[in-house]
Amino acid sequence: MSIRLEQGGRLIDRNAPLDFTFDTKHFGGFAGDTLASALLANGQTVVNRSYKYHRPRGIMASGPEEPNALVGLGQGARFEPDQRATTTELFDGLAAMSQNAWPSLGFDMMAVNQWFSSMMPAGFYYKTFIWPRPFWKHVYEPIIRDAAASGLPPKEADADRYEHFYAFVDLLIVGGGIAGLQAALTAGQTGARVLLIEQTAHWGGRAPVDGAEIDGKLADVWISETLAVLAAMENVSLRSRCMGAGVYDHGYALGYERLTDHAPQVAGPRHRLWRIRAKQIVTATGAIERPLSFAGNDVPGVMLASAVRDYVVNFGVAPGHRTVVVTNNDDAYRTALALIDAGLEVPVVIDARDRNDGPLAREVMRRGVQVELGAAVMKVKGSKRVEGVMLCRANGTGGAGALVECDSVAMSGGWSPVVHLYSHCGGKLLWSEDHAHFYPDPSRPPLGADGLGFVRCAGIAAGAMGTRSVLADATAAALAAASAAGHTGAATPPVADDAEETPMTPVWIMPQQALPELRAKMFLDFQNDVKVSDVQLAAQEGFESVEHAKRYTTLGMANDQGKLSNINGLAILADSRGEKIPQVGTTTFRPPYQPISFGSIAGEARGEIFQPLRRTPMHDWHETQGAYWEPVGHWRRPYCYPKQGESHDAAVAREVLATRNSLGLLDASTLGKIVVKGPDAGRFLDMLYTNMMSTLKAGKCRYGLMCSENGFLSDDGVVARIDEETFLCHTTSGGADRIHGWMEDWLQCEWWDWKVYVANVTEQWGQIAVVGPNARKLLEKLGGLDVSKAALPFMGWVEGELAGVPVRVYRISFSGELSYEIAVSAGQAMALWSKLLVAGWEFGITPYGTEALHIMRAEKGFIMIGDETDGTVIPQDLGLGWAISKKKDDYLGKRAQQRSHMTDPNRWKLVGLETLDGSVLPDGAYAVGEGYNANGQRNTIGRVTSTYHSPTLGRGIAMGLVHHGPDRMGEVIRFAKVDGALIDARIVSPVFHDPDGEKQDV
Amino acid sequence: MSDAVTALGAMEFSGPAVQVKEAPLRGMITVRGDLSGSAFAGAVRAATGCDMPQPREIVHGGDASVGWMSPDELLLLVPHDSTAAVVADLSRDLAGVHHLAVDVSDARAVLCVEGTGAREVLARLCPADLSPAALGPGELRRTRLAQIPAAFWIDPAGGITLVCFRSVARYTFDVVSDAANAAPVEFLPG
Repeated sequence: MSIRLEQGGRLIDRNAPLDFTFDTKHFGGFAGDTLASALLANGQTVVNRSYKYHRPRGIMASGPEEPNALVGLGQGARFEPDQRATTTELFDGLAAMSQNAWPSLGFDMMAVNQWFSSMMPAGFYYKTFIWPRPFWKHVYEPIIRDAAASGLPPKEADADRYEHFYAFVDLLIVGGGIAGLQAALTAGQTGARVLLIEQTAHWGGRAPVDGAEIDGKLADVWISETLAVLAAMENVSLRSRCMGAGVYDHGYALGYERLTDHAPQVAGPRHRLWRIRAKQIVTATGAIERPLSFAGNDVPGVMLASAVRDYVVNFGVAPGHRTVVVTNNDDAYRTALALIDAGLEVPVVIDARDRNDGPLAREVMRRGVQVELGAAVMKVKGSKRVEGVMLCRANGTGGAGALVECDSVAMSGGWSPVVHLYSHCGGKLLWSEDHAHFYPDPSRPPLGADGLGFVRCAGIAAGAMGTRSVLADATAAALAAASAAGHTGAATPPVADDAEETPMTPVWIMPQQALPELRAKMFLDFQNDVKVSDVQLAAQEGFESVEHAKRYTTLGMANDQGKLSNINGLAILADSRGEKIPQVGTTTFRPPYQPISFGSIAGEARGEIFQPLRRTPMHDWHETQGAYWEPVGHWRRPYCYPKQGESHDAAVAREVLATRNSLGLLDASTLGKIVVKGPDAGRFLDMLYTNMMSTLKAGKCRYGLMCSENGFLSDDGVVARIDEETFLCHTTSGGADRIHGWMEDWLQCEWWDWKVYVANVTEQWGQIAVVGPNARKLLEKLGGLDVSKAALPFMGWVEGELAGVPVRVYRISFSGELSYEIAVSAGQAMALWSKLLVAGWEFGITPYGTEALHIMRAEKGFIMIGDETDGTVIPQDLGLGWAISKKKDDYLGKRAQQRSHMTDPNRWKLVGLETLDGSVLPDGAYAVGEGYNANGQRNTIGRVTSTYHSPTLGRGIAMGLVHHGPDRMGEVIRFAKVDGALIDARIVSPVFHDPDGEKQDV
Repeated sequence: MSDAVTALGAMEFSGPAVQVKEAPLRGMITVRGDLSGSAFAGAVRAATGCDMPQPREIVHGGDASVGWMSPDELLLLVPHDSTAAVVADLSRDLAGVHHLAVDVSDARAVLCVEGTGAREVLARLCPADLSPAALGPGELRRTRLAQIPAAFWIDPAGGITLVCFRSVARYTFDVVSDAANAAPVEFLPG
C-alpha cells in the first residue's frame, strides 16, 4: 500500500496541510501535491475502473501521460469530468469523484465484463451488434455507451470565465525543463523576443529527480540561477502552468495557460488560450517512459519507474513498501536507488537484458539489491492491488515462475521523445534502433510559408539522451532558431556529463514467447482496455495499416491519445506482420497535446457577447416597448409590439389594420444601403441588375432584381439615382454585406478598369417608413418639406428638412399604402422617430414589426427574398419578367436564364393561393399531384412559399410555386399537411389587395 | 444638428488597468480614389491639412487626421460640424477626378481605450501584434476584434482610438470592457 514518507518531497510544503475529498472520503495532503500524489499518500490505490472490462486501475504515471487516474472535479457549475489527477494541483477543499464505476469503486457491477473478456476481443462491438441494423442506434449503442461511460457531462453552465491572448514572438519555446531553459537563455542572449512555456507549475523538468549536475552544481541550483537570469531579461517571457497545445501552419501555436485551476478562490479568468504567432518554434518537450507488456501490468500498484521516482523524490510518497523494479534499460535503476535512499525495500531488479555491468547496476548491487538478468515478469499477482510478481526467464513462454512478494512494481520499457508538437504540422520522424523510439528527423521539419522549417526539437525531445547532450542540443537548436528569426549570437552550453549507461534492449512482450493466456492480460492501452492479444488479432484479421488497426482496436484513441500505448502497440503490430517498426509507420499526432477546456476555446464569446448583435438607432426604444424580436442576420428587428396581455397574432393584426386604415411606422434601418459612384456606375448597375438602371433619372427610384451568374434570384431592392454619377442601391437587410462584397468582387476581379467606387453606408442612415393613408398628413404636420403628389410623386425622392432634421425622403411602398421612407443620419434617427410618434398621435400612429410588413407585402403579392426564393428560383418563375430588360446585351445571369432548363415551361411558377375554407396553409406545404414517384412518394405539383392570415381580408392567403400555375387560375389543388390531411386551395392572382395600386399612388 | 447623438451616449467602463469610453461625435469621411494622383493629395491636404499617409499609416495634423485604409481608400477624421463642408470641398477640388467622398460619421462608433493595459486588452481580442515595435504612433491597424472588423491606432497622447461600425458599437464596447475587466497579462509593456 502507498504511504506518505516521514521525510522528503522537494515540491511539497509539510507546513501547509490541505483537505480534500475523493468520492465520500475525506483526505489530507500538502501544498505542492498533485491530486495523484495526495491520493497515493492516503493509500488510495484504486482510482478508477477501466473503460471496457471495468478492471480496477491505479495511478500509473506522474504526468500528462497518465491513462487511468481520470476524475470528475468540482461541483455544480464548476464540475468538469475527465481531469487527470497527475496534472491536477491540490488545493484546499478540492472535491474529486471517481468515474466509470457503478455503484462504487470497490464494487463495480460491470466488472463481470472481465470474466467474459475472452468473448470481447478486438472488434467485438462491430461484430456482435451489427444485426439487426436498426438495433444499433436504438438499443445497442445507448446501452454500450452507458456501460462504457467515462466522465459525466456537466449539467450546469460553466461559472468561470476564459480569455484569449494573441502573442507575437520571434521564438516560442515549449517545455521548461533544462533543455527549454538553456534554449531560452541562449535565444534570449541573441536579443530575440522569446516566450518560454511550461505545462507544470515547476521549472526544470525531470533533471533534479534524475540527479543531473550542471556546471558542477545540483540541477536545482542551476535551474533557479538560470530562471533568475531569464526573469531579468526584458525580451524573455516565462509562463508556467502553460501547455503547448498545438502547432499549426505558419508558426501559429496554441498555449493553454491554467490560471486558477490550482487556486479557485483567485478572481479572473480560469484559463487563457495563448494564440501565438512565432517566427520559430523550439519544442523542448522531453520524453515519456514506456510501460512493459507483461500479464497483469494494469494491476493497481504497477507504475512507470520514473513515476515511482517522482512520487518519492518530489512528493515524499512511496507507492509501496516493497517495490520490484522491472526494466530493459538502465534508467529504472535510478528508481531502485531512490527507493533505497528513502528507506524502502527493493527485493529484486528484474532486467530483461542478459548482461549489465554498468555503473548504475553495480551501484544497485552494491546496496545489496538482487539483480536478475535475462529475467522477466511472468505475471502480476493480485487484482485490486499488487501482491507479488512471478519471475521467469525473459526468453521463455512464462509457463512457470517463482513468486516474489511485493506491493508495488516499477516498470520501464525505455523512453520515447515527445514528438507530438513537432508532428502536429507535418514534421517527420526517424526510428532509433539504439533507443527503440521515434525521434524527429531534422531534415524533414514542418515547413513554413518560405518552404523552410519552423519547428526544431531540443534536448530529449530531439533524441539527445544525456544531460550533456541535452544542453548541447538545446543550445544549438536555440541558436539556429534565433538565427532563422533574424537574431544571431554565440553560446557555449554549460558543463555536464552524459551518464554511462548500458544500452537498452527493446522488449515488446514479457516473456518473449508468452503463452496466449498471458498475452490476453497484457495491456497496451490502459485507457481503452486494448491488449496485446487484441492487436495481434487485428493483424490476423487483415488490419495491416496502423491507421486501420488503431481504429479497429481503439488503440491510442482515448483522450491520452496513446501516449503510453502507441509505440508498444505498433511494435506488436509490426511483429505480427513480420515487419520492422519504421515500415509499419506511426500514427499522426494531432492537437491538442492534452485535452483543453471548451471554455478556453470559446474565450470571451459567451452570454451577452456570444455573438455580435447589430442594433438600429431605435433598438433601445423597441426594447422598452416590449418588442418581440426576430433575428435578421445579426440584427434584431421587432416582429411585433405586443401590448400588455396581447397575443403576437393579435398584435400583428392590430398593426396591419392600423397601418392600412390610418398610419403605421416601421424601423427600416436594417435595409442595406450601398453608394455606387463613378462615370461607369450606370453601366455597372446595368450588369448587376436584370433591369435597366442607367436610364433612371436623378430624383427617381426604380425597383430592381439581382441574380447570380447562374441566373438565380439573389437580392432585390430599390435603386435611387442621386446624381449623374451616383446611385444609392437598397438591398435586403440580410444581404447588404454580401451584395457589397459581390460588387467589390466584380469591380476588383473582373471589371477592374471600370471607373466605379462603392461604399456600404447602411449604418450611416436610420430609415423610417411612414405608411398609411395619413402618412402625408403626418409629414405635412412636421413641416419643412413639400411631400405633395406633385412635388414628390410615387417612385421619386427629395432631400430637405423635416421638423428641422435633414432627411432624404423616398416615395416608395412595400405595403401598397401611401408610404414615405425617410432616411435620416443615424445620430438623429431616434430624435426623428420620437417626433413622428408625438405628431402622429392624433392619427393613432402604430409602430409595426416585420410580421405586419410581411403580411402587407404578401397581400400585395410582393415577393420576399428568402421566402419566394431559395437559391433555385429565377425571376421568370416569379412573374417578374417585367423587371428583366430585353434591351440589354447582358446582365449577370442572363446567359444562364437562357439554358433549356431555365426556359422549360414545366418550371413551377408563382401564383396566389386561397384556401376554400379560409384557413391558413402550412408554410412549405406541398401540393399533391396524381400518382407516385419511383421512391413511392406522392408526386408533387407545387409548394407554398409564403402564407399568412390576412387581417385586411379576414382569411388565409398564400403564395406558392405551382406547376403551370399562371395557366390554371381558378383551379383548386390540394395541399398536404404534416398529419396527412389535405387542404383545398384555389389558384388566384398573387395580388390580393388593391390590384390596381391606387392606394400607394395617391 | 443639435440633437445628433453617438451610438452609446458616451458610455464608460473602468477596469483594473484600462478605461474604455465612447468618444464624442467625430466627423468621418470615406474617400476612395487613386491615392497616387497629385490632385488627390492636394485635395486631401486642402481639406485636412494632412499629408497623404503611407500604407497602414495615419497622419495627424491640427484637428484632422487622415488614415490609410486600403490601396484606394482613406478615412478622414474632421471636426463633426465641418463634415459636410469638407465633403463639399473635396467634391469641388476633385471635380473631374474619379473619386468617391461620403460622410460615414454616423456609420461608425469611436471608442477610446486608455491605461497601462490598453494594448493587452486589444491583444485579447485582435489577431494583431500589439507590441510597441509593431504598433507605434502613426500606425493604423485594420483587423478583426472578437467577431467584428475594427480599426485602431495609438494616439499621440498614448491611448488607443478604436473605430467600429455603429450597429455593433454596443457589442464592441461590451467585449472590450469584458477584456478590460481582468488583471494584466504582463506580456506587453504598458
